[in-house]
Formats: sequence, structure tokens, C-alpha cells
Amino acid sequence: MNTLERNRGLTRRMLLSRASALGASFVVGAGFIAAADAAWATETQHLSPETFATLVQMARDIYPHDHVSDEFYVIAVKGYDTAEAAADIEAGIAALDGAARGRGYAGYLGVAWERDRVELLRAIEESVFFQSIRGGLVTGLYNQKALWPLFGYEGESFSHGGYINRGFDDINWL
Amino acid sequence: MSAPFDHSDDSVVVIIGTGAGGGVLANELAQKGVSVVSLEAGGRYLPEDYINDEWESFGQLAWTDARTTSGDWRVARDFPGLPTWIVKAVGGSSVHWAGASLRFQDHEWKAATTYGDVPGANLLDWPIDGAEMAPWYDKAEKKLGVTRTNGWPGLPGNNNFKVMEAGAKALGYTEVSTGRMAIMSHEDGDRTMCQQTGFCFQGCKWGAKWSSAYTDIEQGEATGNLEVRIKCHAARILHDDSGKVTGVEYFDENGDLQMQAARVVCVAGNSIESPRLLLNSASPMFPDGLANSSGQVGRNYMRHTTGSVYAVFDKPVRMWRGTTMAGIIQDEARHDPSRGFVGGFEMETVSVGLPFAAAFLDPGAWGREFATALDGYENMAGMWIVGEDMPQETNRITLNAEVRDQFGLPAPDVHFDDHPNDIAMRNYAYERGAALYDAVGATRVFPTPPYPSTHNLGTNRMSENPRDGVVNKHGQSHDIANLFVSDGSQFTTGASENPTLTIVALAIRQAEFISGAMNRGEI
Repeated sequence: MNTLERNRGLTRRMLLSRASALGASFVVGAGFIAAADAAWATETQHLSPETFATLVQMARDIYPHDHVSDEFYVIAVKGYDTAEAAADIEAGIAALDGAARGRGYAGYLGVAWERDRVELLRAIEESVFFQSIRGGLVTGLYNQKALWPLFGYEGESFSHGGYINRGFDDINWL
Repeated sequence: MSAPFDHSDDSVVVIIGTGAGGGVLANELAQKGVSVVSLEAGGRYLPEDYINDEWESFGQLAWTDARTTSGDWRVARDFPGLPTWIVKAVGGSSVHWAGASLRFQDHEWKAATTYGDVPGANLLDWPIDGAEMAPWYDKAEKKLGVTRTNGWPGLPGNNNFKVMEAGAKALGYTEVSTGRMAIMSHEDGDRTMCQQTGFCFQGCKWGAKWSSAYTDIEQGEATGNLEVRIKCHAARILHDDSGKVTGVEYFDENGDLQMQAARVVCVAGNSIESPRLLLNSASPMFPDGLANSSGQVGRNYMRHTTGSVYAVFDKPVRMWRGTTMAGIIQDEARHDPSRGFVGGFEMETVSVGLPFAAAFLDPGAWGREFATALDGYENMAGMWIVGEDMPQETNRITLNAEVRDQFGLPAPDVHFDDHPNDIAMRNYAYERGAALYDAVGATRVFPTPPYPSTHNLGTNRMSENPRDGVVNKHGQSHDIANLFVSDGSQFTTGASENPTLTIVALAIRQAEFISGAMNRGEI
């Protein structure tokens, strides 16, 4: 088992079962694994469809990019749809829904404005649940290679011979 | 005798670590006919193995063994289990470094004298100076192929540099260039010229950037006098009743405890592991750890007053293209207390890919403020601030009695509190960086907090007087004649320059001293 594989295993355990969520956030997150198997689907195995949909909305509210489709957020949190993680995720989302109902909404998904959802998230941002989801997204979302072109990022260039003849100094507006 | 060497062969020099310090020392000694066994905790990767993907490369190269943090520095909050971003592999952090190769300024060798009394700082003059080091810097620059030395040209500037250069000129800075870099700007026999590929931090796939991994280590092995043992983690340095060191216990690839006898032991495991090893080697004769009669082992930990400034513009920059550290501004590197702090800082371009921008731009931040910052990624330029930080006795590496590593050895705790001088310098540098980018039309600027430390210095510092430090002007421990420190932990103060060139120069110089002392039978 190489270091990366060990880190993944460690991360998944740490993400959902330990208080050191902030530390865990640094290594490769759960979504990274899901991203590896290109297929994505909204069918869930262990989480209820409502819970998963709420989790996806929560992910978008944490890192909202209007030019990025739901597909990428789904991939980023699909790794939580496991027997191991399901109970903690269901509990975390149930608490979020409860907080939304406490403010007169039907649930988190029933909160129409992002600023009002963000207010609910701010109230739990120190929690292990929130920090685990946020930390996992740092890699789960932004380490998806298919996402990079949406931000203009080109990834590796070695296979193209670098940028020496491909615009390393092509800036023209200075 | 030629490599490989017997474990009981007590004629060898054992060097722990194969980076800029240990790797160079190993080769320099091997070239002089000295038998060397190098113990390297990590594996061996060459340019063809390096991965141009930030997280995957991190998994391949980074030192991620158990470590803890304490103190008020932001790294302890953002990355509590990862105080440093350094490499565990043959070549050490010379695989990861950006290549900036700057000599200390003369006054920086004499920080205590130059800066005077700075409350809370444990400043000390180095026992050496610029004149003493000049010939060793000459050799180091030649070895590393440093641009703008020895008649070699500078590297061409990339987009990120051009933005910084334009801003620098607008502010009236004059010392602006693509710097002195250990990255080939011309072709020679062994190393390819820089192809502006980016990913300098992930190991140069062209071998254009100098790393001991594919230069000094291979040259040393070719002599037959150097044996490198990979995945061998030093656990304890042994000594005899006379107080001389006699060998090193280490865990091999299978986790089995081995012992290599030694005539001389040189510690070069970077400024966290080197003091940790000396502390973990405590014995009835040396209850506070080896070479620690001064009590300074592990203390005065420095990590440079770093920070970054990123800025977004209304048009593309594509900062990731080309050399990561593509240029430098040196106007602020002077000592000028009128700015509100002692010492100075360099401003150097830096870039990260989208994955690391997400992790490092503002760790822990979320919501639309953060997301829109990343939306501007393609239009982003960036610079890194690297300035002299104050040595403080309480900034130190200690053994954490509660946490152990994979071998059961006490893990190091890295404690760091910013000194008021560090904070004043960082804030000033943030202002200058922001003003620079504003001058070229930035629409938004980000004063980015320090990353996990890449420049780790000072924890076995050099001193004239044995009471003040751990090693003498040759890196030889004050307490034990055949025990040396050969990495950045011997730095008395940090200066404002990236440390690798100085580490290499000190290693070349130390090799001369060790081989001479061995020939004379002094050690």
C-alpha cells in the first residue's frame, strides 16, 4: 500500500469519526475517491435521497461557483454514501434541517436564499460535521481534473513539452 | 573498502539525510575517498518518477509522519498535524525547493551586532562571516548551476514575473530580476535547460532544477565510496563511555532495528528531525540528549517570516505557466529599522495550481467571498514573502510524550509564536505587495497566511561559545568531537534569503574540515 492509499484510508476514518477534522482536511478527502470512478448518479445506497440532495446543496453553499454544475458537487460528496459514513451524515443533515425548521422553513432545502442557508451553516461552522464536509470538499471538489478547465487551470504540461513554446510569457495587457 | 559497507564497519562516516546538506556532504566526502553510509528515511524517486499533480505528488514526496504543533502561529490552527511542507525521499527538500540561490548579505552574519537588543529575541552573531564563506559560495554556485553566476544567463521571465516586474517598477523598486536560480538557463552535459513546465515544487521532471537526488548522490555513488540506504529511519545515535559517538540505530524498510557502526556521525534530517534525533538519543551520560550541554538543542526554531500576496486582475495571467519562482525583488531585503522592524525580506513570485490554491489561499475559509476568489484563478498573480524572523528560545522542537510515530518513537512537537518583529515585517510586506499589484490594476488582493514551513532553521545553532549553541563554526558539536550537524538546523540566524545555497556552501566547507580532521587523526 503506498502513502497515498494509506492517506485515503486514514482520511475517511478521520473525517467522520474523529474530532481532528481540521487536521484531516489536509489530506485527500472522501470525494477524491468518488471522483476516481467517473460515473456519478443521484441514486444512493446508504443515504436517503433527501439527505443526499441536502448534502449537495450544502456543498454548493460552502463553495458556491455559479459556473460549476451540480455534477461536480455530487461527485465531491458521493464518497459519504457508505455504510460507514451514513449515520453521521444523516445525523448532521437532520440537525441542519431541524435548525431550518426552527426558523420556520420546511427544511434546509426549503430555504430559498443562499444568505439564509449560509446563516444556518455559520451557526454550525465549528462543528466536526461541518468541518469534515468543508475539509473534504477542498480536495473532493477542487481536485477533480474535469473541473480544472472551468477555472482555466491547465494541469500538467510536461507531456506537452512545458510552456517554453506555448505561452509562458504571452501576457499582452501590461 | 568500497560500498556496500558492513554494518560493523566502524571506519565509515554515517550521514543521516540526503538533502541539500547531507546529500552534498556525502558526495563531497566520497570524492575525497572517505567511506560514507547515508541513511535516508524516504524512498528514491528520480525525474521520471515525479508527478505533476499537486496532491498526488504530495502523497509521493511529503513528510507526513506524526507531528504536533503548538503556539500562536496560524499554521498550528490551519494544519495542526503538518507543521512543515518538506520531503521524505532521497534528495530531501532539494526535490521540492524552488531553486532561489541567494548569498547572505554581509550584515546578516552578524545579526546581534547589527540589530542590537531586540526584546524577546535570542539573537547571536554567526561565528563565520561573508568573507569566510565567499569561496564556499563560489563552489556552491558552480555546483548548482546558479543563473547569473559564472557567466550563465538569467532565466526568461514568465507571465507571473512580468506582472510583478511591472508593479515593482511602478513602485520605484530597482532590484528586480529573474533572480539567481539553480535552474539551468543553458544546456550542459547533465541537466536539461528549463522548459517552463511549472510544478517546480513537485520535483523537476527535466532535471533542470538542481536536486541532490540526481546529481550529488549519483556522483557520490559512482566513486564507490558512498552507500545510500533508503527507507531507513534513524532512531538513536549511540556513544561509548568516553562520550564519542559510535554508530546509529535505525529502522529499516521492514521496520527491523539495525545498527550501523561509525567513525563520525553527521545529522542532516532537516530542522525538525535533526534535534528530535539528538533528543531521542538521550542516555544516562547525556540525559538531556546528545550535544545538548547548552540546552539549545531544539530551540531557536526559525521558519522565515513568510506569507504570500495573491491578486486578481481583469485579464488572464496564468501564473502556473513556467518557473514557479520566476523572479525576485530585493529592494526590501536591506536592514532599515525605519520601516518598523529589523532585518529585511525578499519578494519572489510564487504560484500554486487550482487544488493548492483551494487549500492554501485562505485555509478554512468558505462561502462566496472565498469561492469568488478562486473564480478569478486564471487572472491571478502571486508572490511569496520570505523575510528574516527572530530566533526565540521558546520556539522549539520538543518530544511529545503523548504522540508516537510509526516506529514508536516520540513525535516532535513544533512550537512557534510569532515575534512582534515578525508580525510587523509581515504586515509591512503585505502592504507593499498589495500596493505593487494595485499599481498594475489588481481588482482584488489577498494577503495569504504562511503555508506549512518549507524553510526550517536554527534548532542546532552554530555559536562561538559552547554555552550559546550546539555546534561550532564547522558544524561540529561543541560536546562531541565526532558528531556533526550538516543541515539548516545549524543556522545561527535565518537571514532573509532562501537557505539552500548557504546549506550547500556549509556542507562543502564541512566536508573539507571533516576529511582533514580524519586525515590528521583528530576524529
